[in-house]
Amino acid sequence: MNRIVVVGYGPTAHRLVETLAGKGFGGTVTVIGEEPRPAYDRVHLTSYLSGTSAEDLTYEVPAGITTRLNTRVTGIDREARQVTLADGGVEPYDVLVLATGSAPFVPPVPGAEHAYVYRTIEDLDAIRTAAKDAVEGVVVGGGLLGLEAADALRALGLKAHIVEMSPWLMPRQVDEGGGSVLKSHIEGLGLSVHAGAGVQEIVTDDAGQVTGLRKPDGTLIEAQVVVFSAGIRPRDELARSSGLEVGPRGGIVVDAGMRTSDPAIYAIGECALAGGMVYGLVGPCNTMAEVAADRIMGGASAFEGADMSTKLKLLGVEVAQFGAMDGALDVTYMDPVAGVYKKLFISDDAQTLLGGICVGDASPYTSLRPFVGKALPASPSDLLFSGAGAQLDLPDEAQVCSCNNVCAGDIRTAIADKGVTDVPGLKACTRAGTTCGSCVPMLKQLLEKSGVEVSKALCEHFTYSRAELFDIVRVRGITTFSELITQHGQGRGCDICKPAVASILASLHNGHVLEGERAALQDTNDAFLANIQKNGTYSVVPRIPGGEITPEKLIVIGEVARDFGLYTKITGGQRIDLFGARVDQLPEIWRRLVDAGFESGHAYGKALRTVKSCVGSTWCRYGVQDSVGMAIALELRYRGLRSPHKLKSAVSGCARECAEARSKDFGIIATEQGWNLYVGGNGGFKPRHADLLANDLTTDELIRTIDRFLMFYIRTADRLQRTSTWLESLDGGLDYLREVIMEDSLGICADLDAQMERHIATYADEWAATLDDPDKLSRFVSFVNAPGVPDPSIVFASERGQIKPVMAQ
Amino acid sequence: MNWTTICAYEALLPERGVCALVEGTQVAIFRTYEGELYALGNLDPFSGAYVLSRGIVGTRKGEPTVASPLHKQVFSLVTGRCLDDETVSVPSYPVRVGDDGRVEVSLEQRVEVGV
Repeated sequence: MNRIVVVGYGPTAHRLVETLAGKGFGGTVTVIGEEPRPAYDRVHLTSYLSGTSAEDLTYEVPAGITTRLNTRVTGIDREARQVTLADGGVEPYDVLVLATGSAPFVPPVPGAEHAYVYRTIEDLDAIRTAAKDAVEGVVVGGGLLGLEAADALRALGLKAHIVEMSPWLMPRQVDEGGGSVLKSHIEGLGLSVHAGAGVQEIVTDDAGQVTGLRKPDGTLIEAQVVVFSAGIRPRDELARSSGLEVGPRGGIVVDAGMRTSDPAIYAIGECALAGGMVYGLVGPCNTMAEVAADRIMGGASAFEGADMSTKLKLLGVEVAQFGAMDGALDVTYMDPVAGVYKKLFISDDAQTLLGGICVGDASPYTSLRPFVGKALPASPSDLLFSGAGAQLDLPDEAQVCSCNNVCAGDIRTAIADKGVTDVPGLKACTRAGTTCGSCVPMLKQLLEKSGVEVSKALCEHFTYSRAELFDIVRVRGITTFSELITQHGQGRGCDICKPAVASILASLHNGHVLEGERAALQDTNDAFLANIQKNGTYSVVPRIPGGEITPEKLIVIGEVARDFGLYTKITGGQRIDLFGARVDQLPEIWRRLVDAGFESGHAYGKALRTVKSCVGSTWCRYGVQDSVGMAIALELRYRGLRSPHKLKSAVSGCARECAEARSKDFGIIATEQGWNLYVGGNGGFKPRHADLLANDLTTDELIRTIDRFLMFYIRTADRLQRTSTWLESLDGGLDYLREVIMEDSLGICADLDAQMERHIATYADEWAATLDDPDKLSRFVSFVNAPGVPDPSIVFASERGQIKPVMAQ
Repeated sequence: MNWTTICAYEALLPERGVCALVEGTQVAIFRTYEGELYALGNLDPFSGAYVLSRGIVGTRKGEPTVASPLHKQVFSLVTGRCLDDETVSVPSYPVRVGDDGRVEVSLEQRVEVGV
């Protein structure tokens, strides 16, 4: 049992290998996929059309897993226990797992070969290309995926039609009443719904171009793009040809341990027929993968069917279904004006909740789904009015996250035993909320009700969070730490609250960080305007905006480094770091740098660091905008801006993204039309690609949006919270951020703009100011009683022609 | 007790430290908000660097403290003990303001008191 071979590399295969890796499987795992990339997130596939890249959707291959992409398996030799590949090669196995997925069902109607399907990134590429010259499009299939495809066509600028065989849309999730509410929602958006209709043929002109879809009643829907989304068929051909048992209507037959009729072969995901059912939802498929991984490693877990509950937001309307879709009794709440339809199914004794349907307001899904099969927690009419369900206490065994099968009890354990205090922590600890995210509101509720008092106190000196302190300082016009701690805190502060308050005062008032009492609040880096290193020396980073520098200035940096014997290194932010300076050398070094036209690079501060850039359209044959010019403008605009944590940025001159802007707090990528703005990226300990906030902005729009993004972050983030975690913890996420800073939903934009204007107007280089102030300069000594004496504990050795620190011990 | 004169009291800023070189020993001297003086060894035992005088001065449960600027371990200004790791401490030295208003330090280590 050393060699596992997995055929197919979709999300289910990914979950399998991830689980195997997590359980410490000791043998080799080889995944063979026919697509050109590893598994990717199909739940959020449609976001590909709005700018999310294929790389972002793609899952990371777990360490130690071998992948063979672009490779098709053509046969299984069960006797020899090996699979044969299209290129003639073979791959031997001890255990084989089939995760071949499914294929979209394309009905055999004339002209069907001209239609598209909606499943892979390549499918979306093809649809996008076809939509360029099209005016109208039609989607065949009014289910979950069909509506998503219709939404995609609409987003591509087409007038979209939906053809559904059943009398109403989403027949698997909603009943007739829900269907009619859904239909009016969708028609309100300008889409045409043709329910109860089939397909006679796809009509083409003489050139073979699609011109429309003919319904069986003879009427023609004009369209240049046709997409089939009429269900899936399991990809069981490999199993079939190798003699494994398959169901009469397709699907590889498996037992509760996901084993096929050959004990060395498992099947999981959409290709498997488990308990007579083929499952197409991510939750059950993940469970299958986990069961198979457990069985392969000697466990005994079993797949016993799955909750097919669904909650989604399609075309701006929430649709949810949970539990059964019928019952002895049902209670309906319908508000055609607001477009809300909610229905609960109840046992004949009116005691037990059996299931429910929601259109237009899915809140009962979150609050009531865990009660399916259990006693009704309140009267049905109470439960159906929105909000009434929010206060219910979930039983421990109630499932909270159906994608990852996490129960309320698991969440409570994580909170109580592992000390988790926030949603990101729960995601990391339990995986709940990491797939579709629909249970995140419930995670928040569980946190709030856990009784664990989540202290937002900054430290023992302040009971307020950083954001609250920011508001106190702003609203009450406080200008000193002493004023703040006397009126709103206790004690004399510490290394946590002092730099945080110093940063707030700097963000709001922008005076010199070493002025008066503020000097005593600063971490040593800010106190000496340089970065402390392990031996107590400091490094110096002059600002090089956009990474552009003249030969003369390069020479000055070289001369300074040589004259003071400093170690030099090029940083990741396109500047030059000079290491090994003693505190008493810093003013002399900076005198030389300031005289040559340099200013502080704020490498020591929780502030804007650099705006990297690629060389852009001035030189590059691919560049579409002047990325260097933009980077310099942004760096000069935001230099010196103190913030909850450091801020990094980059500007790329085209979609090739050579400046790596999407790993930055705010990244800008040039387009033919303008600039795309990405926010919340991070390298570091927990890498995160930045999210697309807005596209094709003009330069003015770009700058205004960044101004507000930065000021809103500075106002509301926690101490030392980078934009990436701030964005993830923001209630409502990216949509909320857009509402606040682009639609001014809180009415604060004028204030944010004014605050940024004030910052820009009052910026001054703090190193030049320090050199002009004998009082501040007097602090740059190693010994107060022997100003000229260098610190004898600082010793260097030589390595590769430069200095390196030597520690005493 | 031998006292070494360091500098004028006014040369010390509230809630900041300075370093003095006393017979080859590096002594970190701090002035609190209330105006009291404390002196500790300047060597940070966690990092091996002579940097404690450059830490942030504050309080923990009322006790005056300094936090190492390298890895933020907090030391009592009164006793020199590390409040984050009770097995570690730094020397604590007597410090006073002399008759001429100048700060004086003695290298005779203060015996640690209290629990």
